[in-house]
Amino acid sequence: MTRVKLVETPQVLFRNRRPNRIATLEEYRQSGGYEALVKVVGRWSPAEICRCIDESGLKGRGGAGFPASKKWMSVPADGAYPRYIAANADEMEPGTFKDRMLIHVDPHAVIEGMILAGYTISASKGYIFVRPSYESSAAILEQELENARRAGYLGENILGTDFSFDIVVHRSGGRYICGEATALLNALMGKRPNPIKPPPFPTVKGLWDRPTVVNNVETLANVPPILRNGPQWYRNLAETEGSAGTKLYCVSGRVNNPGCFELPMGTRFSEILERYAGGMAPGYAFKAFLPGGASTCFLTKAHYHVAMDFDAVAAAGSRLGTGAVIVFDDRTCLVAAVLNLTEFFARESCGWCTPCREGLPYLRDLLWRIEHGEGKEAFIPMLRSMCKHLWNAYCALAPGAATPVEGLLKHFEDEVREHIIQKRCPFKV
Amino acid sequence: MLSDALKETLRGKIAQGEHPREHAVDVMLEIQKRCGYMSDEAMEEAATLLGMSPLELEELATFYDHIYREPVGKYVIRVCDSAVCWMHGHLSVVDHLTSLLGIGMGETTPDGLFTVLPVCCLGYCDRAPAMMINQRIFGQLTPEKIDRVIRRLREEASFDEAE
Ligand SMILES: Cc1cc2nc3c(=O)[nH]c(=O)nc-3n(C[C@H](O)[C@H](O)[C@H](O)COP(=O)(O)O)c2cc1C
Ligand code: SF4
Repeated sequence: MTRVKLVETPQVLFRNRRPNRIATLEEYRQSGGYEALVKVVGRWSPAEICRCIDESGLKGRGGAGFPASKKWMSVPADGAYPRYIAANADEMEPGTFKDRMLIHVDPHAVIEGMILAGYTISASKGYIFVRPSYESSAAILEQELENARRAGYLGENILGTDFSFDIVVHRSGGRYICGEATALLNALMGKRPNPIKPPPFPTVKGLWDRPTVVNNVETLANVPPILRNGPQWYRNLAETEGSAGTKLYCVSGRVNNPGCFELPMGTRFSEILERYAGGMAPGYAFKAFLPGGASTCFLTKAHYHVAMDFDAVAAAGSRLGTGAVIVFDDRTCLVAAVLNLTEFFARESCGWCTPCREGLPYLRDLLWRIEHGEGKEAFIPMLRSMCKHLWNAYCALAPGAATPVEGLLKHFEDEVREHIIQKRCPFKV
Repeated sequence: MLSDALKETLRGKIAQGEHPREHAVDVMLEIQKRCGYMSDEAMEEAATLLGMSPLELEELATFYDHIYREPVGKYVIRVCDSAVCWMHGHLSVVDHLTSLLGIGMGETTPDGLFTVLPVCCLGYCDRAPAMMINQRIFGQLTPEKIDRVIRRLREEASFDEAE
């Protein structure tokens, strides 16, 4: 197996990355950690912070790419108290493991980001929502929260100012839907985690009807370096014009060196694959990839050199999503792969609305029949029209589930049809 | 019946927040650590502690895949079957485990040690194929590694019993 040397581009979130251990509070501090907090708390107004984040161009890393400053500014000035920050470390999108990496590399980056977000919206409490398979992350966070408290960065009268803010870890009981921002709020309140369609938005009426900002943990970890080094510095980190910062790309699938790499936003897919992920595994040729997790559209050889930023991936017809790149090879059947993805979504549907609850098993059934040699030509338009219905569902899970199916039909319709003509999966010998 | 000591621990947890029911999942996970699963009786007692009706707690218990409403083995093995593990041969992991333990998916070994369940993406795609046993992750699975892990757990269990 070829092991690729560590990344040589600027490391911001992973600047303290070490094999098999987390950075201590002291190491975080020595690398500039908590400088932003000292610089800002009690000195900068929320409007000044929002302006700085706005100019940096920071976009949400949880999947939707929503500008962080816009979300923060949508908390009404006269909104009720107490207010809350919810850090989303649910990370159940297949292919995604960056948030775990981040917490295991430098947990204080997430903690400082949350405190700064809390200061900006005048929140008094933060929750970090952690999935069950990340128990090690939850334990790390609890320990480091205590260290931050002892150092005076967290709790009553932070750094001697009148700002008080504390953070707790909330352990989830599982289920992908809990990562959806509004379902996450229900989960935190101990209610059944169905999504709640906005408006009102969580920033107006969130936890216990109080203003609540839900951000992905990677988004939050970007906040301290931006406030410390300035928005222009942050924009300059990116590879492409118009984008900003670095991105934690997780690469998995048929590659030599799967892993999570911090690279300039907009690094080309070809470079990520060949230079960092060690290229395709021996004996396999590249066929397609999902650029941002299971709920994004396939990209193909035609997009091999696409710049992996929000705009360029969208222009190529997909989404940067979580930056979780899943690479498929020429010997993997994409009908079977999409069947697997559809099974995931069908199982994880919360069951609240009919298009999703009924539509996903229907899609799964059609795909299963095609994969097992029972397909008919008529199934192709049936798949297409069912995908359209899924866009009418109550939350974004169902459209996300439809997306790889639509991608399959858009780029690999011939492969689907070959299953139907041969009455079997052509990849099975 | 939950022991008085456990109830005291749970009351302590619940008292940490402003809203008792925000701890509902935590309380159920803690009970499972001691009692294995949420029996009807445990549901009622937990609901009382949380200031909820048993039905309200049931809404949560039946939603989450990490809450068990029937007995499970001492070790719950969850085999990831999402896209990346699937590509890396999750089916052979399932085959190997189920034949090694002599049970099917969703079943528990007669000695009460192991339950095998499918699970969605564990977030360890860089170490596919992966599985989780209770709260520990095992990645880059091979038949030999699975054999080793199961052997070790059997030894651990007999040691626990001797204690
Ligand atoms: C079905 C579904 C699952 C989601 N899961 C996650 C998740 O695990 N982590 C996450 O940060 N965002 C997840 N999101 C996106 C969140 O709804 C939300 O947009 C995000 O947490 C906001 O953070 P950001 O603005 O910092 O990106 C999910 C969305 C959907 C529709
Ligand atoms: S789209 Fe699916 S997950 Fe979302 S509310 Fe409807 S049933 Fe639930």
